[in-house]
Amino acid sequence: MARSVTTRHKTIATVAAWIVALLIFFPILYTIITSFKSEQEAIQGFSIIPSGTFESYSEVQAQSGYFKFFFNSVLLSVGSTILALLVAIPAAWSMAFSPTKRTKDILMWMLSTKMMPAVAVLFPIYLIFRDTGLLDSRIGLMIMLMLINLPIVVWMLYTYFREIPGEILEAARMDGASLWNEIVYVLTPMAVPGIASTMLLNIILAWNEAFWTIRLTTTEAAPLTAFISSFSSPQGLFWAKLSAASTLAIAPILIMGWFSQKQLVRGLTFGAVK
Amino acid sequence: MATQQTRSLARFMMAPSVVLLFVWMIVPLVITIWFSFQQYNPLNPIRDGFVGFSNYALFYSNPAFLQSILNTLTLVVSVLLITVIGGILLALLIDQPMWGQGIVRILVISPFFVMPPVAALVWKNMIMHPQYGVFADIARFFGAQPIDWFGQHPMLAIIIIVAWQWLPFATLILLTALQSLDGEQKEAAEMDGAGFISRFIYLTLPHMSRAITVVILIQTIFLLSVYAEILVTTNGGPGYASTNLPFLVYQKALLEFKIGQASAGGVIAVILANIVAFFAMRAVGKNLDK
Repeated sequence: MARSVTTRHKTIATVAAWIVALLIFFPILYTIITSFKSEQEAIQGFSIIPSGTFESYSEVQAQSGYFKFFFNSVLLSVGSTILALLVAIPAAWSMAFSPTKRTKDILMWMLSTKMMPAVAVLFPIYLIFRDTGLLDSRIGLMIMLMLINLPIVVWMLYTYFREIPGEILEAARMDGASLWNEIVYVLTPMAVPGIASTMLLNIILAWNEAFWTIRLTTTEAAPLTAFISSFSSPQGLFWAKLSAASTLAIAPILIMGWFSQKQLVRGLTFGAVK
Repeated sequence: MATQQTRSLARFMMAPSVVLLFVWMIVPLVITIWFSFQQYNPLNPIRDGFVGFSNYALFYSNPAFLQSILNTLTLVVSVLLITVIGGILLALLIDQPMWGQGIVRILVISPFFVMPPVAALVWKNMIMHPQYGVFADIARFFGAQPIDWFGQHPMLAIIIIVAWQWLPFATLILLTALQSLDGEQKEAAEMDGAGFISRFIYLTLPHMSRAITVVILIQTIFLLSVYAEILVTTNGGPGYASTNLPFLVYQKALLEFKIGQASAGGVIAVILANIVAFFAMRAVGKNLDK
């Protein structure tokens, strides 16, 4: 008896959850479906079975050189993440293993920089970029994205590093390991999973950043966020093309995101929810 | 335990992060504050100079200012309500035993990874378009008049889009918190005859309270600066109907070149964010002590 109740309960939960999940996922699904339609089909009313043409994909590349934007997105997100890691790993390491009285204050202060509204400094940044020739340059935007995400990277690494037991380091120290050896042979192997998680989350955040990437670029350094935004002007209906461009823009990050659910929770809650 | 050598090394390792963030925070902010007291128009440099608080006065007296503050708050509060309540319900649902839970999770979390311009354009064109959108198809199917979302209810449309982006985040965080709830506690409560509702109120909700706080605080930071969603859908209109504070500052700075006023608006945005940040930091800081 109890078993049949459980099965019924499970069936109801399954049906309800799947319906809600599919509704939430629908806009993405419909975008993917539309990307395989022709332009004509795309505006002919609701249908979930496309004719299966790859026309839009090849046209997006032919007309706008899509892959340049794609390449910029990859370069900017990966580049800015590596830069951020280079700066943040030493900082997080020292805060986790030689904390001082001020460590907590410094961490909080770093987090507070994340709360400054970007728009408040839009014009100064614009001026600085213009005067230093960084406007619409990949390196400028890479630095920008690095700075934006640096607090999250430091925080996330810090919460991972803090979980590495200090006794191991002390034991290594007792054995006469130098600080350098300690880092290379003891700390690094234990820290790699945390660093990888941080990297994954940060690439996602940088890929989707849609304020500076739109405002500080025009053509050369423009990533996908800027390219997709250019579809907002209503010059005709190119929904199949828009869908193809969108699908390509979100697919890699969607797949990465699926694998990083745990890290996402941890990274974005600053270790408060695990 | 730490020797003098390791201590100075620690400082040395921290320096790049601290210096970079300090420069990144202070330099542009000081320039913004400086400009907020200046008349500065790159197109018309003749009248440039110090003007005291008149930029603030101009920005305040602009009817768009009040509207934008109101829109900013409406957006933040509505999206928070939808995502927190919806997130709790969804988390409770997904936490039930079911088939294909992993896939359900993946489907629900997906919108969070969609970049804002894509999310906004997909909703604008394929879902909410008054003629060809899915909503219009549904309305026509039931014999109703399709709604012109961005013309008639621009704020509502933007709230729906932004809520769609953030509901997955809230759900994921709350689900994680829910799943860390001790199974034995739940069973004990069940044995004692506690119904679903009382179990939820006395056991689950208190357990999730910290996660809920974190969701509210983090979302608030991001929701205060919603930008791309407005840019590609309504462009702030009609009129100023869907202009929030960041968007107004952007318009003043890069479209009208009223740098002084834009900077005054930016300073106001900083103050607003600081009020929120104050509470956020306290909550996160408390957490750090544990």
